[in-house]
Amino acid sequence: MSEKIADTTAEPMKPPVRNVGVYGWLRENLFNNWFNSLLTLLILYGLWQTCVPLIRWAFIDSLWFSSAEACRDIDGACWSIIPNNVSFIFFGFFPDGQQWRPLLAMLLLFALVFYSKDRKHWKRSLGVYWLLGLIVMGTLMHGGVFGLPVVETDQWSGFPLTLMLALFGMVFAYPLGVLLALGRQSRMAGIKTLCVVYIELIRGVPLISLLFMSSVMFPLFLPEGLSIDKVLRAQVAIILFTAAYIAEVVRGGLQAIPKGQYEAADSLGLGYGKTMRLIILPQALKIVIPPSVGVLISAFKDTSLVVIIALYDVLTTTKVTLSNPDWMGYSREAYLFLALLYFVCCYAMSSYSRKLEKELHTGH
Amino acid sequence: MLFQVVVLLLALSIGYALFSNTQANLERQSIATGFGFLQNEAGFEIGEPAIDYSAADSYGRALLVGALNTLKVSFVGIVFTLLLGTIVGIARLSHNWLVSRLSGVFIEVMQNIPILLQLFFWYALFYEAFPSPRQALNPLQGVFLCNRGLIFGVPAEHPAHSAMLIALLLGMLGWWLLVRRGHKIQDRTGRILPMHRIGMVLSLLLPLLVWLFAGAPTAMDIPSLQGFNFAGGVTVSPEFSALLIGLVLYTSAFVAEIVRAGIQSVSRGQVEAAMSIGLRPGQVLRLVILPQALRVIIPPLTSQMLNLTKNSSLAIAIGYSDFVSVANTTINQTGQAIEGVALIMLVYLFFSLSTSVFMNWYNKKMMLVER
Repeated sequence: MSEKIADTTAEPMKPPVRNVGVYGWLRENLFNNWFNSLLTLLILYGLWQTCVPLIRWAFIDSLWFSSAEACRDIDGACWSIIPNNVSFIFFGFFPDGQQWRPLLAMLLLFALVFYSKDRKHWKRSLGVYWLLGLIVMGTLMHGGVFGLPVVETDQWSGFPLTLMLALFGMVFAYPLGVLLALGRQSRMAGIKTLCVVYIELIRGVPLISLLFMSSVMFPLFLPEGLSIDKVLRAQVAIILFTAAYIAEVVRGGLQAIPKGQYEAADSLGLGYGKTMRLIILPQALKIVIPPSVGVLISAFKDTSLVVIIALYDVLTTTKVTLSNPDWMGYSREAYLFLALLYFVCCYAMSSYSRKLEKELHTGH
Repeated sequence: MLFQVVVLLLALSIGYALFSNTQANLERQSIATGFGFLQNEAGFEIGEPAIDYSAADSYGRALLVGALNTLKVSFVGIVFTLLLGTIVGIARLSHNWLVSRLSGVFIEVMQNIPILLQLFFWYALFYEAFPSPRQALNPLQGVFLCNRGLIFGVPAEHPAHSAMLIALLLGMLGWWLLVRRGHKIQDRTGRILPMHRIGMVLSLLLPLLVWLFAGAPTAMDIPSLQGFNFAGGVTVSPEFSALLIGLVLYTSAFVAEIVRAGIQSVSRGQVEAAMSIGLRPGQVLRLVILPQALRVIIPPLTSQMLNLTKNSSLAIAIGYSDFVSVANTTINQTGQAIEGVALIMLVYLFFSLSTSVFMNWYNKKMMLVER
């Protein structure tokens, strides 16, 4: 009975060294066959060729806080254009010395957005905060009370204008889009036709044609003596345009709701309004969160188109800066800076929507 | 019912109010209505017209030139976008970490920056970063890059070229017939013949033979520096290049995501099943993956192609004479804002509707693959 049994305390065999660690990762992900190895080497060579001069241009040979004259003598990037013109790029024609007001309004907006990010705060009080916030922001921008000098809307420009066009574009376009989608799904032929024609017409033409309409054609529509602010007209064009796209997205969500949900609501004796408000829309709107964020991001990017009808959003103020003889010729630096600004905003929105999508996914 | 009538009446009355206001305003400002102005002399030049055009021509012809310019940039843009978008979309799924990461970065960066800003950037690059024609960059022989645009040499005109084109078309017809024949033979006997390869060789060989018979003309029309600019060759203006680069890069990022999602929508079991019945990798792609992926890909792809066409209207911001830009000049000169904006909308609606008709037809054709 003293036969030996296998010694179970032996160390388990480690995977071969070529499958683990940095070496294994490289083998697995970059050099797993001859084609991928070739591709990796080619790309590394290409990156080396492009990135080294780019880094030299952007960081080594560049100037960050200098005068325009100093920039004439260097080969690299002249980032100085940004700090030297930052107040005009961001706030445009807002009077000097008052620019803390749009800055404060923007900070307040960012604070509100940040606060709303957390789903725990999605209560009725959030709406109240937003309403209060908007009133405070409006007061800050316009002035006229508490000894703040009045600043007319045609002086609101730069980044606050971009944010305003985008924010109100989204806030008003969404309910309008939902109404249009409901109209398109409605059984009433007249309303359905009206909505279909509107949605297809708007989606078939570029935003720029609507902006033209608002700037050159719309004044002809109004009775004599009545005129509407140019910014407001562009804002309405953006709202009408975005609403058509939202409507199509929401329609997708409405179509995805099983028929049983409608029938169940009917059998409970709910009317159309209650069926939609309590049963259908909460489910449909949840489904369409990711695509509607896509539409909202497009709306944010599309606000830059107002440059074509000469409204001073952040892109226009940058262009004006670039037409200043001192800073002519540094478009690349200025545009790259703006690209970074837009990228940060849009990327934040899209990654938030991805996160939200994951959180809201309840499995059916 | 009552609600419906009220809404319709409301819409009608708003329309009527706008219409009567407009009538009154037009009369007051004594602006003529109607499209009579299209016959008047335009009096402005258009850069790189696709058909003969001079300032003495009518507004109608100027607008036609604009529409053709829009079509030109959209068509070329769509072709390049499909190519680049497909490549990036497939690269996103690559097993090579570097390739998939790089295409991911490309997609995120391009999608999150407004197209207009990108257009300004590329246009500025042409004007500020590229040298004047005298110091033009010469990356390849016969290709010059300067602030007047991209200039490259083309084969000098020769009668053999049109004959080669006909030969190429004949070769492709032969290819198509061969493939049809191949399918018939396969249906009857089960034998698979390499008809695609034969067809490809055929359509390359025929033009080559014609070229040899015509005495193998090799003369090239190489651009050369004369004074301050290049003469000869083909010049692609900075405006067109910037617009094309911007549109292609921006739209292909969206196309890449669509292609990726389409390929991922084909379940792994389909590929395994196809391999287990002995199809080769090429056949798996062509007969199993693509037909199923395309059904997912085509509808969103259509809307991206339309987006590209609509975004080409941003040409006005960098001075390329597309339809919107010409129409805008027309509005400014004649004051006929309503007709001008209506024309813009009609032309784009026409582009949109005809593209969707074509894509719906193609979509239906693809649907038939499903059994």
